[in-house]
Amino acid sequence: MIMTAPMPVSLLTLKDIDKVYQDGTVALQGVNLDVKPGEFISLVGPSGCGKSTVLRLVAGLGDPTGGMMAWQGTNEQHNLAFVFQDPALMPWANVVDNIHLPLKLKGQSLRSVRPQIQSVINTVDLDGCEYRYPRQLSGGMKMRVSIARALVTKPQILLMDEPFGALDEMTRSRLNSDLLHLWEANHWTILFVTHNIYEAVYLSTRVIVMAARPGRVVADIPIEASYPRPNSFRTSSQFNHYCREIMAILSEEKSIGVG
Amino acid sequence: MKKQVTQVFGKKKSEAIWSWLAPAFVGLVTVVGWDVFVRITNVPPYLLPGPGVVIKTLIEEWGDLFPSLLITVQITVMAFLAAVVSGVLIAILFAQSKWVERSFFPYAVILQTTPIVAIAPLIIIWLQNNTFMALVVCAWIVAFFPIVSNTTLGLNSADHTLQNLFEIYGASRWQTLIHLRLPSALPYFLGGLRISGGLALIGAVVAEFVAGTGGTRSGIAYQILISSFNLQIPRMFAALLMTTVLGVAIFVGLTILSDRLLAHWHESAIKREN
Repeated sequence: MIMTAPMPVSLLTLKDIDKVYQDGTVALQGVNLDVKPGEFISLVGPSGCGKSTVLRLVAGLGDPTGGMMAWQGTNEQHNLAFVFQDPALMPWANVVDNIHLPLKLKGQSLRSVRPQIQSVINTVDLDGCEYRYPRQLSGGMKMRVSIARALVTKPQILLMDEPFGALDEMTRSRLNSDLLHLWEANHWTILFVTHNIYEAVYLSTRVIVMAARPGRVVADIPIEASYPRPNSFRTSSQFNHYCREIMAILSEEKSIGVG
Repeated sequence: MKKQVTQVFGKKKSEAIWSWLAPAFVGLVTVVGWDVFVRITNVPPYLLPGPGVVIKTLIEEWGDLFPSLLITVQITVMAFLAAVVSGVLIAILFAQSKWVERSFFPYAVILQTTPIVAIAPLIIIWLQNNTFMALVVCAWIVAFFPIVSNTTLGLNSADHTLQNLFEIYGASRWQTLIHLRLPSALPYFLGGLRISGGLALIGAVVAEFVAGTGGTRSGIAYQILISSFNLQIPRMFAALLMTTVLGVAIFVGLTILSDRLLAHWHESAIKREN
């Protein structure tokens, strides 16, 4: 298959991706997705729509049963980082050692990457917590460590699977704005899974709406609001308009599914 | 504010003292009750010696009993170390593949459930020229199973999300073992260690009994056996007391080690207010 190269070149392309589990469950059917460098894309949808599965396939956790996936037109997986809903920190290791993990697995000693680690600790605002253990951190702080661990690899694409889903509303909103600032400042590419429509609209350049049984993409909505997005954006009519649009699509899909 | 803080600390401190005082008090009451019972009922010492007689005998026979205790300590420690090393290695082997585990685990269970009293005479005969090693082997058989089963469980209990993370970052099998599965297994391993330490002593004692019945001199259990044969019941109690103290020392030592190693992170070693 010949890949045409649009401008700008896609970082990641999913073409007609299917995922059928061994028990016959169709998790994904014909999913197409095109990620350009610098985009902040959110996948929203009800549980069981396969939004997390998309992320896991992109990360190489399991293979699609059909379709193809390309990284800038090649097969080689790019440098990526994954942030799970569960912060998944090693309880026996302090903050620095937890963040060091991906680099340690590449054979880089702590001494050689210590400045790099300190820099991501500063980025996520955890100065002074370097030698604390996970049990000494709050839920929001643990998530910051988890994000720092992802950032330390300087990923070309950041995959986030409902990273703030288990946090209280205040913490979530704070981390949302922090993440958005970092994204703007560093020109990252983010693929973000959430079931929270408001979060998706507030953060994203584009919201992909998915439906369940079988998991598929039903809408692709560019959020045309400029950055930086102030907190007042959350209460603007433009924001409400997008949220209503997405909710309408979701409830329509649901009624079709039931009927 | 400051006053409140000191109050909290004061409370903690007194709680720590009480956690020692309470069991000590129970022990004291038991010993006094035992003594009173012996005095009132006039039980002859060859049926039940009073605590005073036991202590007196212990001091008198120290020169005879203490070297025996040291032999038992050696047997126990060697069997225990062998159990730890072999147990961990076998557990790592089991954790490599479900099929290895399924194929070999039943035989580990068989080794565990075989009554050591029954096979000890055979082991002593097989290793006839080295009774010490025979006793170590017996104690090892009893001690190694908790290490194998607990460590295997621990190695297979690594957090699933962390396993995914290791996979995403391209960790090798070896790296996953060293940096994820072994640390995850540590609390389980230490739990096995505490059980195994006591079992190593029990295994050594049982094996010494069997060897002693055959007339072979060995450690403190042999002294228990001989004293009982000769109706030197106070001496038997003195030797029993030494064995018990050894068992408690092993348990306390391993508990302290476990708490030290897990102090930073594991629930079992963390003291919480609520």
